[in-house]
Amino acid sequence: MSTESLRIVWVYPDLLSTYGDRGNALILARRARQRGLPIEVLEVRSDQRLPATADIYLVGGGEDGPQALGAQRLIADGSLHRAVAQGSVVFGVCAGYQLLGNSFFAKGTKCAGLELLDITSDRGETRAVGELTGDIDARLGIPPLSGFENHGGRTHLGPDVSPLARVTAGVGNDGASEGAWRGKLLGTYSHGPALARNPALADLLLRWATGIHQLPPLDDTWSDRLRSERRAAVAAARA
Amino acid sequence: MPLRAKVASSVSRTAAALSRAAGRGDGSVIGGWIGLKIDPDLLAHLAAGRAIALVSGTNGKTTTTRLAAAAVGVLGKVATNSFGANMPTGHTSALAKAGSTPYAVLEVDEHYLAQVLEATEPHVVALLNLSRDQLDRAKEVAMMAQLWRAALVRHQDIRVVANADDPMVVWAATPPPNHDHRINPPQVTWFSAGQRWHDDSWVCPECGSTIQRSGDQWWCTGCPLRRPQPQWTVEDDGVLDPTGAWHKVSLQLPGKVNVGNAATALAVAAEFGVRPVDAVSRLSSVTSIAGRYAQVERDGRHIRLLLAKNPASWLEAFDMADVAPTLLSINARDPDGLDTSWLFDVDFAPLRGRQVLITGDRAYDLAVRLDVNDVPFQHIRSFDEAVRAVPPGRLEVIANYTAFQDIRAELDRVN
Repeated sequence: MSTESLRIVWVYPDLLSTYGDRGNALILARRARQRGLPIEVLEVRSDQRLPATADIYLVGGGEDGPQALGAQRLIADGSLHRAVAQGSVVFGVCAGYQLLGNSFFAKGTKCAGLELLDITSDRGETRAVGELTGDIDARLGIPPLSGFENHGGRTHLGPDVSPLARVTAGVGNDGASEGAWRGKLLGTYSHGPALARNPALADLLLRWATGIHQLPPLDDTWSDRLRSERRAAVAAARA
Repeated sequence: MPLRAKVASSVSRTAAALSRAAGRGDGSVIGGWIGLKIDPDLLAHLAAGRAIALVSGTNGKTTTTRLAAAAVGVLGKVATNSFGANMPTGHTSALAKAGSTPYAVLEVDEHYLAQVLEATEPHVVALLNLSRDQLDRAKEVAMMAQLWRAALVRHQDIRVVANADDPMVVWAATPPPNHDHRINPPQVTWFSAGQRWHDDSWVCPECGSTIQRSGDQWWCTGCPLRRPQPQWTVEDDGVLDPTGAWHKVSLQLPGKVNVGNAATALAVAAEFGVRPVDAVSRLSSVTSIAGRYAQVERDGRHIRLLLAKNPASWLEAFDMADVAPTLLSINARDPDGLDTSWLFDVDFAPLRGRQVLITGDRAYDLAVRLDVNDVPFQHIRSFDEAVRAVPPGRLEVIANYTAFQDIRAELDRVN
């Protein structure tokens, strides 16, 4: 941790918060507090300078225009690159995942990304809307991904990143793989409050940020019920 | 009316009546659907000769339509789609069923505004607000504003009544800079009905700069877009009209948001020449609308139904609800949108300290949200269980669309 309290930055909520993205900041803060970890959440709007010394950066989803604008401002600001160089955790969701890569398409135009993840995104023929599930990379040691996706992008992974998950339902990057990670950077198409359905993923980010390998378990009754109810719904839709 | 339209209109009415008699629905869609199959121009034929107001936006359009229809009623008979069937099939059914009326006030789904403008050639269009709603299939907010703007500049003779507090609406009602100046842009009357939800308008739709807010005012930091001076405003429990006269509004509907809807309704009626002083008393005749705000007694519980379909309308519902036991019900069926992510855009903290019950297809999504929000709750499986779980007295029910309809069905389709 950089200071005595864990610092989470929610990047550009004015641009990159299409649908419930605030949830990820709320969930991380609550899970840290329940473990007695002091925590501070900063919402940094796009007309403000991004701090370069926070522990976790959350980059959420957004419409095409705000996504392109957000990427431009993050490149010009430079703080996120410095933070990554110093070992900060970055969690990108949907548009926020795409803009961490080399390039993406917004409003039909190819836009430069932050080149923090070795991925490139273009447009698919159809929009991917619906439940998204996948088996997460075994090295991360967490249960399957459960989420909802809503995006028109297709993402291609370069050699410097690993897929976050192998898709079992939905589309993700390309119908086979979903999301990407490298070091302490992780991105997913599971949009909005992705951590609500994936408390183990929230804890992974907290472990990365704090260096604490054994976080005390929490009561995840409601998340567990939600996960099994969604799993049953996906199975029922197949049957 | 051409013969084909007459036949279509008559068949449409019959189908609607059959649908009602068969208990299949209230007939507000099926009749129009059949009528439009026979005569694709039926809506235009039915609209011809009437002075029409259209009411569109993400939230409040059903209520505002009902209030505006009551206000315009000062002048004579008004046709309206009061069941919330707000697509062209619903408009066709409503006009066919009403027969010949000099006036019509129609609620229009925001996606269909351009099409209905074309078909009905209205006298006035009221634009309420634009915010995130069912994003898994709805258009993005900025794209919707763009569609409205493009449709409005094609109709230079119409009057627009628009919300000065919503930057997206103001932008949509303002002709683009490259607008052909030989064509008169629509005349806009601005109202201020307040806006609790700001999270879809931090970025200027014109230039992409940040929008700043201070008190009621908002302005773009990069271009001239800013809040216009409204002619109609809400003050205390009444409405200030453009002449500066204040009219007390006594409604049977709860919440500040409905005083704002009343101001909009009076502004719409004024475009037909109705004086607010003549219309304002008629607004209190509006009670519940297709079950919204309906109050029902059951086993000593005074149950009130509030519909909340998206983040902006949940904020309004918390403002309307009494501090009393509250049942929340969430579904995610097709009409609701399949995605429940928006639950994290709503701050449920106002419910702390109230007895909170949750139910619905997606109660677990809500459970996780409330847990993170530190709002204690109890999960129940049926509406009857909810009634038994609370003491006699007020029970507030807040539900999204199909969850609301399920509960309404439990209460014998209360209106």
